[in-house]
Amino acid sequence: MKRIFATLALIAAAGPALACETVTVGPLEVSQAWSRASIGTARPGVVYLTIRNSGTADDALMSITTPAADMPMLHQTVMTDGVASMPHAMEVPVPAEGQVALEPGGYHAMLMELTQVLEEGETFPVTLTFRDAGKVTIPVTIQNIGASEPTCPSPDE
Amino acid sequence: MRLTTLQKFLWAAVAVALVAVGAVFLLVDRSPEPIAQAAFRPTFSLPDAGGRLRTPADFEGKHLLVFFGFTNCPDICPTTLAEVAQVMDDLGDQAGKVQPLFISIDPERDREMGLAEYTEAFHPSILGLAGDAAQTRAAADSFRIYYEREANLEALDGYAMSHSPGLYLISPEGDWLGQFTYGTPASEIVADLQARL
Repeated sequence: MKRIFATLALIAAAGPALACETVTVGPLEVSQAWSRASIGTARPGVVYLTIRNSGTADDALMSITTPAADMPMLHQTVMTDGVASMPHAMEVPVPAEGQVALEPGGYHAMLMELTQVLEEGETFPVTLTFRDAGKVTIPVTIQNIGASEPTCPSPDE
Repeated sequence: MRLTTLQKFLWAAVAVALVAVGAVFLLVDRSPEPIAQAAFRPTFSLPDAGGRLRTPADFEGKHLLVFFGFTNCPDICPTTLAEVAQVMDDLGDQAGKVQPLFISIDPERDREMGLAEYTEAFHPSILGLAGDAAQTRAAADSFRIYYEREANLEALDGYAMSHSPGLYLISPEGDWLGQFTYGTPASEIVADLQARL
C-alpha cells in the first residue's frame, strides 16, 4: 500500500514537472538532473546533477529523498591504485563561488530500493537537503540506460 | 646524552622495522603490474547466461574487449558498458571483429538478477559471463585484476564490490594488447581498434 501511495505521489509530482528544469534555493542553483532507465526495481538507480553556489559561503549537500526509492544515499566513486570502490559520502561539499557535479565516476546519488521502474523519457522528483540553504526539489530526467551525460544543456547554453 | 647499548640496540631495531614496513607497502602495492610485452595471455573459462562454458577459443579471430564488473553497480559499470556500446556502434561494419565481454565479479547475485537482460540493455553484442567463485577468481587472477567483496551494511544484501574498472583488449590470438583505463573516451578506443582491425 505504501508503494501504491508513493507511486501515485510520484505520478502526481512528475506530471507537471518540466524536464531540464533549473531550480534555486538561496545562493544555490541546481540543474541538469538526470538518471538512467532501470531494468525492473531490483538494482539500484542513480541520480546525477550539477550544483552551483554563487554565494560567498561554503555549503554542503547533506541528503536526498525521492518517492522513486526507499533508500537513496549519497556516494562517491573513489579510485585508489586503479581500484574503484564506492564509500558512502557523508556530504557533498558545495564550495563558495564554485560548483560541484554529481557525475559518472565521482559523486552520485544511489537510489536503493526503487519503488518503481525508471522509464526512459519520464521524470521523478528528488528533494535535496543542503546544510545551510535548506531544501529544494528538482525533476530528474530519466535517460537511456546507456546514457553517460545529461541531455539537458547547461543553464549557460 | 649518551645512549646505552640497549638504547642503541632498540633504535637499530626501530630502523629495521621501518624498512621492513616500507618494503611490505611496496610489495603489496595494488597498482597494475607493468605488462610484459611477450606473450601475456589472460584466459577464462566461464559460463554465459545460458550456461554454456566459454573460453577465449570460442572467439577465435576476434579481438576481445573485456570488462570485469557487476550488475548491481550504479555508477562505473553502466558508464563503462555505455561506452562499450558506443564503441560497438561507432565501429560500424568492423564491429563483428570485436567481442565485448562482461565478466561478473558478483556472479551469484548477477545470475539471479538476470545477466543477459542487463548486458543486452546496453548493447546486444555484449556477452555476459558469470561463473562460480573459483572460476571467477581464476579469470581475475589471469587478467591480473583486483576485486573484493566488502561488507557494507548500507548496501543491498549487506555488501558492495570494489574492483579494477578498466577495459582490457585481447588480440585474436589471445595476447594481451593493453588496457583502457576508466574514463577513456569511446572515440579513443574506436581509433585504437580501427588501427588494429
